Amino acid sequence: MKIIVCVKRVLDPQVKARVKADGSGVDLANAKMTMNPFDENALEEALRLREAGTAEEIIVVSIGAGKTEETLRHGLAMGADRAINVVTEEALEPLAIAKVLKSIVDQEAPGLVLAGKQAIDDDSNQTAQMLSALLGWSQSTFVSELKIDGDTATTTREVDAGLETITVKMPAVISVDLRLNEPRYVKLPDVMKAKRKPMDKIELDSLGLDTANRMITLEVEEPEGRAAGVIVESVAELVDKLRNEAKVI
Amino acid sequence: MSNLAQRNLVVVEHDNNEVALATLNAVTAAQQIGGDIDLLVAGENCGSVADAAAKIAGVSTVKVADDAKFGHHLAENLAALIVEVADGYSHVLVSATTFGKNVMPRAAALLDKAQISEIVEVKSPDTFVRPIYAGNALATVQSSDSIKVITVRTIKFEAAAAEGGSASIEAISGGADSGLSSWVSQAGSNTDQVELTSAKIVVSGGRGMQNGDNFAMLHSVAAKLGAAVGASRAAVDSGFVPNDFQVGQTGKVIAPDLYIAVGISGAIQHLAGMKESKVIVAINNDSEAPIFQVADYGLVADLFEAIPELDAAL
Repeated sequence: MKIIVCVKRVLDPQVKARVKADGSGVDLANAKMTMNPFDENALEEALRLREAGTAEEIIVVSIGAGKTEETLRHGLAMGADRAINVVTEEALEPLAIAKVLKSIVDQEAPGLVLAGKQAIDDDSNQTAQMLSALLGWSQSTFVSELKIDGDTATTTREVDAGLETITVKMPAVISVDLRLNEPRYVKLPDVMKAKRKPMDKIELDSLGLDTANRMITLEVEEPEGRAAGVIVESVAELVDKLRNEAKVI
Repeated sequence: MSNLAQRNLVVVEHDNNEVALATLNAVTAAQQIGGDIDLLVAGENCGSVADAAAKIAGVSTVKVADDAKFGHHLAENLAALIVEVADGYSHVLVSATTFGKNVMPRAAALLDKAQISEIVEVKSPDTFVRPIYAGNALATVQSSDSIKVITVRTIKFEAAAAEGGSASIEAISGGADSGLSSWVSQAGSNTDQVELTSAKIVVSGGRGMQNGDNFAMLHSVAAKLGAAVGASRAAVDSGFVPNDFQVGQTGKVIAPDLYIAVGISGAIQHLAGMKESKVIVAINNDSEAPIFQVADYGLVADLFEAIPELDAAL
């Protein structure tokens, strides 16, 4: 089986996003960027499936220009076999991303697509579900356990009420949560090896898709901060404040 | 767009017995958009849900698809039904819970519409505010789609009145079972009396709790306060408690009257899930922990001394 893993380049999760003074967006100039953490879990799972003999080839796919290639190289260093970079300067919405990914899936015919459950920049949590819809495939989202047996995948989903187990028919699009696995660290020889692995570049325009955005961003602003609080000296003082000042207990 | 032109469809989240509280917040978002509001209930033997939904204030019609294929809200069948029903509506909404997040993007893609995720404010029928970057930025977006597909972050909208309405109930049928997926089982783990997302008080533990057994201290305090127990991602990833306790960017987003963070450092992704709480208390032995920057009351102390003392004082 061939597996496609969708990955996105995002602001490092340890870095606090700063809104540009003109309200046009978040300032990413010179910011530390990384592979979306959930996508690393997706790739790790694909690698384990290959190591278990369930999959033969793993392709990492990302959409973007410039340093998107770096993120794909990181995926290759983790162990993916090859990479596809759909090149565009536009910041596409999830629906357009799903359309682009569908066209790659149509070309590559994988048996499974894995993706992170959400990207930590725009927090949309949409792309995997949309791709599954456009392909007419089964979906399982927020997955923390995955077992593939022939043409069926058994998945445990992290839902608000606990853990839900569903089976899905293959081929499937599965979005993953952090508890699925612990992504491996990349070693220097892997980085060197990754430089020689194939990376296809495909111009977005060459795919002939309608990827026009449906939304315009009118403004991006910082949320109101919280007023500074006080440090209390003891549990007794804390309880007193909560009872008599904040009146919340 | 005038109000008369708008027709809202809110997809009801439920367990085949009761309407989930989060749906009432989504109804309020629809009320702010304006125009008619209909509800879609899809389930199995879900008559009591339809009856309850019909009593929600301001609702015109409740459309009910009662069929085994909708019993477990599998995304493939439910999204196809939403697409069938969505025709003629200007807005289709659902709560931004794992129920809504799972099914709505699938429906949106089938409709060839964008989804506007986790709105926190309705500026106008086509303009909404939504948090990005773990809530460190708020984006105001304007949609040009003919159907606005929306998930609603519940904490920013009051619950609509569950009583007082008298909507008509209309039975509808959905298409065939897709056969693509099957439900196997559900395991609930957070069996506290008080539900995390609707609790007035939440006591949360982080990595500083050291292990799962120590959460018993928090459960004891919570019981006295009528509170729910939550956790940071660090505590969940370390296996102290199951994922449904998790508060944060990729867990539950809550806004109780009182949030007590115990042994939680205050990572960006955790703050995203609780910083809208009315009063925040931080108990941590590290005075430099970022959680103190958002806390109304901070106590720099060893939690293993402070929590038993707090328990005794309540």
